[in-house]
Amino acid sequence: METHTLIDNGILKQHLIDPEICIRCNTCEATCPVNAITHDDNNYVVRADVCNGCMACISPCPTGSIDNWRAVPVGRAYSIEEQFSWEELPGELAPHELVAAGGEPATEVTALQQAPEAPAEPGTQVFRSAQYGATVPPWSAAHPYTNLFPPKNPTTATVVGNFNCTEAGFESETHHVVLDFGSMPLPVLEGQSIGIIPPGADALGKPHHARQYSVASPRNGERPGYNNLALTVKRVTVDHDGNPVRGVASNYVCDLKVGDKVQVVGPFGSSFLMPNHPRSHIVMICTGTGSAPMRAMTEWRRRLRNSGKFEGGKLLLFFGARTQQELPYFGPLQSLPKDFIDINLAFSRTPGQPKRYVQDLMRERAADLLALLRDDNSHFYVCGLKGMEEGVVMALRDIAQEAGLSWEVLGATLQREGRLHLETY
Amino acid sequence: MSSINYSEKIPNNVNLGEDRTLQRALEGWQPNFINWWDDVGPEGSTNHEVYLRTAVSVDPNGWAQFGHVKMRDYRWGIFLNPGDTNREIHFGDHKGEKAWQDVPGEHRANLRRIIVTQGDTEPASVEQQRHLGLTAPSMYDLRNLFQINVEEGRHLWAMVYLLHKHFGRDGREEAEALLQRQSGDENNPRILGAFNEKTPDWLAFFMFTYFTDRDGKFQLSALAESAFDPLARTTKFMLTEEAHHMFVGESGISRVLWRTAQVMNDLKTDDPAQVRAAGAIDLPTIQRYLNFHYSVTIDLFGADQSSNAATFYSSGLKGRYEEGKRTDDHVLKGQTYKVLEVKDGQLLEKEVPVLNALNEVLRDDFIKDSMAGVGRWNKVLEKAGVPTRLVVPHKAFNRQIGALAGIKMSPDGRVVSEAEWTARKAEWLPTPEDFAFVASLMGRVVEPGKFAGWIAPPVMGINRQPVDFEYVRFN
Repeated sequence: METHTLIDNGILKQHLIDPEICIRCNTCEATCPVNAITHDDNNYVVRADVCNGCMACISPCPTGSIDNWRAVPVGRAYSIEEQFSWEELPGELAPHELVAAGGEPATEVTALQQAPEAPAEPGTQVFRSAQYGATVPPWSAAHPYTNLFPPKNPTTATVVGNFNCTEAGFESETHHVVLDFGSMPLPVLEGQSIGIIPPGADALGKPHHARQYSVASPRNGERPGYNNLALTVKRVTVDHDGNPVRGVASNYVCDLKVGDKVQVVGPFGSSFLMPNHPRSHIVMICTGTGSAPMRAMTEWRRRLRNSGKFEGGKLLLFFGARTQQELPYFGPLQSLPKDFIDINLAFSRTPGQPKRYVQDLMRERAADLLALLRDDNSHFYVCGLKGMEEGVVMALRDIAQEAGLSWEVLGATLQREGRLHLETY
Repeated sequence: MSSINYSEKIPNNVNLGEDRTLQRALEGWQPNFINWWDDVGPEGSTNHEVYLRTAVSVDPNGWAQFGHVKMRDYRWGIFLNPGDTNREIHFGDHKGEKAWQDVPGEHRANLRRIIVTQGDTEPASVEQQRHLGLTAPSMYDLRNLFQINVEEGRHLWAMVYLLHKHFGRDGREEAEALLQRQSGDENNPRILGAFNEKTPDWLAFFMFTYFTDRDGKFQLSALAESAFDPLARTTKFMLTEEAHHMFVGESGISRVLWRTAQVMNDLKTDDPAQVRAAGAIDLPTIQRYLNFHYSVTIDLFGADQSSNAATFYSSGLKGRYEEGKRTDDHVLKGQTYKVLEVKDGQLLEKEVPVLNALNEVLRDDFIKDSMAGVGRWNKVLEKAGVPTRLVVPHKAFNRQIGALAGIKMSPDGRVVSEAEWTARKAEWLPTPEDFAFVASLMGRVVEPGKFAGWIAPPVMGINRQPVDFEYVRFN
């Protein structure tokens, strides 16, 4: 899973600090690993040309004022001088203003807009799926380690495996890459991610920032008992709009040879973690490389299966890709026992077939999902492209509401109890 | 080594397990700490599960992990910021030498005194605030109070670790004494005046966390520059936690002001009696509370001229706020600083050697920082269309320490007669009637999402949770 860069199609997702809430405590400035934050007597501000979106400053901020973002055309980013003079944050630019100012609003950016794309019916509220995403792990999650190797102090891994885990001969390829950490401690849990720093510098001559990838192997290693882990990386050759683009990090990772050394930071993530109690059910909904954490969780359960502990816990997978050939791990998935995992595959570009998305499959399986929604032992994980998130959460909402359940209550409960996790990019 | 070992009795990132003697000594102190918490910690909170922030490592991603825990089970531990083996002393007579990992014999007594004084303030504030949970204006505020309390407890741990590790038997005895002194106790009070004052109500609590925890910020910042590296590293990490305490104070007063302004606008009045009758706290009362907490807190910086301050600086024990960002020679010999004194009923400025005036330098830094926040409170009033503005009183108002102690001075900086002081004191400092009125508003509101009538809800919750999140589970 690659973090989106802050710039997309000429639109910058600019990091800003809310001067009305900030208490000028200096924590963010002291924390920022790249010195992007500075202040005068009035305000704390972020340099748009330095901030790399690493998010190190977010959790230490006591007020939440640090967690503000605005979509602006790259050439029109708010300067620190402008920010110094602010008494409150400027509003979001409307999509037409972004275009007028020289940007191309991309899907990712319009997703940032608070305004709905279509006017809501009178008396209805705009549906925002993100509000249901948990920020806490399930109660039976194992305790994660995070940031053992921060951006200032990466560790080195050795590539011990790299193969295409989609069908060869197609333009789209996704690689399964295995990294070994030798004797360096980098314990990870399913659902966590690590960052990889591509070698060299960006167009501005600055070292590349780390790209984040979800770990696709279980906690005891891709090879059990070894200090290694696997990643699922799609070679990026086109952007969200289909224009040719060469993803810096994804091409670097996909081209790695066995024996190569890689700079790694992390681990990251302390809420998208799997439950471990024997009665826990896991519902996994993913597209493309969003399958990485699902593979990790499934494989951990598979390895524990012989312990006999998890007989009461169900695994349910909804997995979408454009075609069967592009679906990572299609082969290995077919060989998993049917009484171990219930697999539902959706393909949106199979020639001659109607488009099917994961939410279509979810609606088909409404009866089973409803039983799981009613069960406190169920945990839902969503990972993939941003565009899927809303449809998936809406499908859950509709399944609940059609059965007479209140989604507001249920959704809030899932969020609060760390049982609905959204990780989209 | 930054990750914290939570499997040990005392979570730590200082390899405590490798020093059995120290580990045993601290594990011996631990039950006394828990007894202290049970005896004088937050009242009636034993079974509450509180949505607390706990550090699992001292880096940005690990230091703020949130979850519901019983406060008694909070993992108090010992966390130091990562060390730098090449760190050099960057001020004073030892400038350019390697920072100390152990206490040099000649500085032992002074360092011990500094650490004990800092350590003494931490449990003191918990004692001062122990009854506030019973009158919380909301579940959100209750959680914030408890977060502050457990972190003050952890700051006590931070200082006790230094005492145990570096000061032998004396240190262990001092660590015991930190649990024996008690805020406001006639026979065995806390060391510093402000920490023996009462924190009777939530307005006082917000003022305390705004002003007095800010004193903590400045003292910790000065100690974070110390040549004694373990002290520098532990205070650096404490500063990250301290930020939340100041946030509680600053946002708390902002919310009180917002609510008061709303009532004034609704009733179209600035008459304090009418505002009070409507269940809000009138602005003159807020100003009087501010005057009191500000003046009591600036006393904490010590005497305007102090040979101790000079010694602490020159010997590298305690630097200035943001020492590293200053562009002078960091030795300060032969330089001067202006301090105030009163001669023949007149306030005069006088140049004194800056080394002797370092308490005043730190006090002035604090004042600048405090005034900026008061300016932000005034923006709340401005936004609400209320013309009144809060002001910080003159530096010489109501002082008990240093050259200005005992001077009769109005908040706007006039030296006044004894008669005028007596006649107008009730305009300038909170009166028993003020305390009684504020106390009368202090009804407990703890239903998620509900707030007492004298305070507005916050603009956002903690850790991106909604404002009506169940921050405390009462069991």
